[in-house]
Amino acid sequence: MSLVVDSVTKKFARFPALKGASFVAPQGAFVSLLGPSGSGKTTLLRILGGLEVADSGSVRFADLNWLDMPARTRNAGFVFQQYALFKHMTVADNIAFGLKVRPRDRRPSRADIAKRVTELLALVQLPGLEARYPSQLSGGQRQRVALARALAIDPRMLLLDEPFGALDAKVRKELRADLRRIHDHAGVTTVFVTHDQEEAFAVADLVAVMKDGRIEQYGTPQDVRRDPKTAFVSEFLSV
Amino acid sequence: MSRRLANPTEDPLWLKLTLGIIAVGFIAIMLLLPLVLVFKEALASGVKTFFSAMVEPDTLAAVKLSLLAAAIAVPLNTVFGIAAAWSIAKFDFRGKTFLVTLIDLPFSVSPVVAGLVYVLVFGMQGWLGPTLAGYDIRILFSLPGIVLATIFVTFPFVARELIPLMVDQGRDEEEAAATLGASGFQTFLRVTLPNIKWGLLYGILLCNARALGEFGAVSVLSGHIRGQTNTMPLHVQLLYDNYDYAGAFAVAALLAMLALLTLALKSFLEWRYADELAASHRH
Ligand SMILES: Nc1ncnc2c1ncn2[C@@H]1O[C@H](COP(=O)(O)OP(=O)(O)O)[C@@H](O)[C@H]1O
Ligand SMILES: [Mg+2]
Repeated sequence: MSLVVDSVTKKFARFPALKGASFVAPQGAFVSLLGPSGSGKTTLLRILGGLEVADSGSVRFADLNWLDMPARTRNAGFVFQQYALFKHMTVADNIAFGLKVRPRDRRPSRADIAKRVTELLALVQLPGLEARYPSQLSGGQRQRVALARALAIDPRMLLLDEPFGALDAKVRKELRADLRRIHDHAGVTTVFVTHDQEEAFAVADLVAVMKDGRIEQYGTPQDVRRDPKTAFVSEFLSV
Repeated sequence: MSRRLANPTEDPLWLKLTLGIIAVGFIAIMLLLPLVLVFKEALASGVKTFFSAMVEPDTLAAVKLSLLAAAIAVPLNTVFGIAAAWSIAKFDFRGKTFLVTLIDLPFSVSPVVAGLVYVLVFGMQGWLGPTLAGYDIRILFSLPGIVLATIFVTFPFVARELIPLMVDQGRDEEEAAATLGASGFQTFLRVTLPNIKWGLLYGILLCNARALGEFGAVSVLSGHIRGQTNTMPLHVQLLYDNYDYAGAFAVAALLAMLALLTLALKSFLEWRYADELAASHRH
């Protein structure tokens, strides 16, 4: 049930955004994609989420040819940097969305959905905010709702694209601790994109340092920090 | 103490006054006066004449035909418009800019030319005319021709309203919906449509107003058969040409009232949903 990403490439027009990215992560791992802006982190994450189609390479996850599946059947929760909450829906409806769109035979009852929403709001520490609209929430609260919405579908993979990028330092720290707790609790495999090495090292089991569409080094935070394999990695980490 | 500096963007009072008077005067003479005169003329020979002119069978037929043409053309253009705006805003493909330009074509080409093009296509000397006539299908001088002309002329309204709105909203919410397991149709109904509904209504309103008022293209294709293929605007002209001023102005007043109603609804939407519509007018 591990995640095996093998030589994934992607070009936009002529521009190569990914030049063969590979890594392997065990089931339930928390992987961080770390690198400067433009290094291909978002592209790789979106390919994992099914929002972008890879040109070549393969991904195996849970014994599935992951890249052959459309986004809607992957059951991978995605958290966007700009929240991407449904503006016209309440917090409760946002969180319930993934359950409500299920085909009838797999759709929980109304009462069960409401119960699940309450549980999830408690999990992300926003109890009682069901009736609010996204515009009535702070940035940190919005991202917690987005996280709850992604978790509502019982995802087997959790994908987060610089989810805390727009938040201030204090809120970031709180949220990443919560994220790690939720990850452990849910038992998902998480891929977390960031350009902040402190954040990556603090929260992840495995860090992939990216540069120009390639993974420069991949390993545990301790190993990467102790033994940077390339000049780029040591320079990037020393900043 | 130094002299207070005038705000560099502040224009002198006399200039503001002059421009203001010109603007108000222009609007009064060119726009308001004719509107008032239409109603005055319509009621000149009394309310009774006005209403009897209104219920005259040919006039009623014209009203019915206009409403019918709009009732077909507006929903079709709503669907076309949503489809066009959706594909332009949410997908990348070659020839996108060209498609956007093409959508504007009905605005830049004279409606008469549009009408003539359909004559070339569907007329008895045209490409499809003889074939269709073989199946007993008439396009020119009948409802289908009128509807075609109306569709052509009013095509851009919905699409034009929605494209900037949908481009501005981006694809984030749709992508989120997809990762949560929603199908394309569910995403459209539950995410896209609620986000564009006021802009859509605004576009439909303008589309409808133009559909009821269209003269040029319809004039070429309709054949002006009294009581049969005469729409409201065409009927106004026909009555006027026959020196039936009471009738002409009665129908004209009806058209003007529809225009005023449109304007009122439009202002209401602009006032009530300013934020949501703003995106489409910023561009
Ligand atoms: N949709 C796109 N069209 C064209 N170029 C893109 C697109 N998305 C990303 N790119 C380019 O691909 C490269 C990698 O982008 P991205 O994956 O967003 O990097 P990161 O998330 O690490 O900042 C960048 O140079 C970016 O300009
Ligand atoms: Mg990025």
